[in-house]
Amino acid sequence: MTPDDIRKAFIEELVNIAPDIDPDTLEGDEHLQDDLELDSMDILNLVAAIHKRLGVSIAEEDYPQIETPDKAAAYLTQRLGG
Amino acid sequence: MGVFRMPSLGADMEAGTLVEWLVQPGDHVNRGDVVAVVETQKGAIEIEIFEEGEVARLDASLGQKLPVGAPLALIRGAGEEAPAEAPAPAPQPEKAAAPAPAAPAAAAAPAAAPAEGVIPASPAARHEAREREIDLATLTGTGPGGAIVLADLDRARPRPAPQVADRKQMLAEMRKAIAAAMSKSKREIPHYYLFHRIDLQAATDWLNAANESRPPEERLLMGALLLKATARAAAISKAVNGHYTDGFAASKEVHAGFAVALRGGGLIAPAIRDTDKLSLDEVMAAMRDVIARARAGRLRSSEMTDGTITVSSLGENGVDAMGGIIYPPQVALVTFGTPRQEPAVVDGQVVPRTTITISLAADHRASDGRLGAKFLTEIETLLQDPEAL
Repeated sequence: MTPDDIRKAFIEELVNIAPDIDPDTLEGDEHLQDDLELDSMDILNLVAAIHKRLGVSIAEEDYPQIETPDKAAAYLTQRLGG
Repeated sequence: MGVFRMPSLGADMEAGTLVEWLVQPGDHVNRGDVVAVVETQKGAIEIEIFEEGEVARLDASLGQKLPVGAPLALIRGAGEEAPAEAPAPAPQPEKAAAPAPAAPAAAAAPAAAPAEGVIPASPAARHEAREREIDLATLTGTGPGGAIVLADLDRARPRPAPQVADRKQMLAEMRKAIAAAMSKSKREIPHYYLFHRIDLQAATDWLNAANESRPPEERLLMGALLLKATARAAAISKAVNGHYTDGFAASKEVHAGFAVALRGGGLIAPAIRDTDKLSLDEVMAAMRDVIARARAGRLRSSEMTDGTITVSSLGENGVDAMGGIIYPPQVALVTFGTPRQEPAVVDGQVVPRTTITISLAADHRASDGRLGAKFLTEIETLLQDPEAL
């Protein structure tokens, strides 16, 4: 998977959780909780969806590393050995 | 003959629009079956029926906006005569040759099998499928007898997100409903308020350790612990758990309404039945389920009306407490603030501890501050031993 594929997968799962987010206008530095208003259940569902799709299990202490699309793409790329 | 009527789905509902029938004349219905979908100010709600019998006649048609109490259908109980216009009864099934000893009364005859080649579907789903050019044969039905219902169409081919204007209008309607219910509450209920800051360190440590070894899909949220502890405390402090209509009636069961914030605004608090008796994993699964369905607009009518107390978690928004408004006919609302690290004195030393503030809004017609205080300290005690929750 290329870093671009990983980013795309993350954003697809994010939009599944919050269908009102428009992937075309989503900025890479938007904060999942502060800007996009995901709550703790949304974050958990997102982490579960990423686990299922990419096989990456994100520990709770690593949640700050996926708090924006940019950070999440970098973190997941590194976890997948990209 | 029973008349099935438009139910009241809360203090704030005056009318609803019938959008789907999931049964037709001749179908057998049991207590708790979902028989229709009604659009309300709080979204589409699946309406359950609370009697058993056969649907004799449908009295409301799709798209009709009907006041609470308007007749929707006529239900024929066991042994009642068919109304004149009902179709002839299905032929009796042939008796088994060998009489089974002490066989239970024959189960109700299944609904007549659809003609061969006809896929069972609700009329609204059939109509919608034609409009949206979806082949019913490609779908799996989840309605009664495997019939295809509107929700199955949306699952197979999600609708585009509603237009901004629709969404705005929907939120404005919901805001009106919330305002009406809260005004009624403030007018009629003599509220009193209590606030109690408690140590949440034991629960936090237990939760972190439990989640460390769990895959994401099996992890718990602190909200599940808070909900369970509140429900168990409510089972003890009976005067905060129940309904006030003509006087206060405490409820034997605890069905905690769990406040779910909807994206873009609005709030809905579906009830989780017997919350105090569920395991933490079951509470977590129930929370996940009602949140998903609240946001998709697929809650059931009983979930809108069964709540005996409401619990609201302010989550990670960073505020400590809320003087909330009780959702009538309930008599108490419990709110949890943001868990945060604070300096605390433990064994004479100042140490950082995770704390949380519990707020209680309660109805003076059912309890007073002394009982409310006991209730909050009971929640505190339960949260000190999270493993036993």
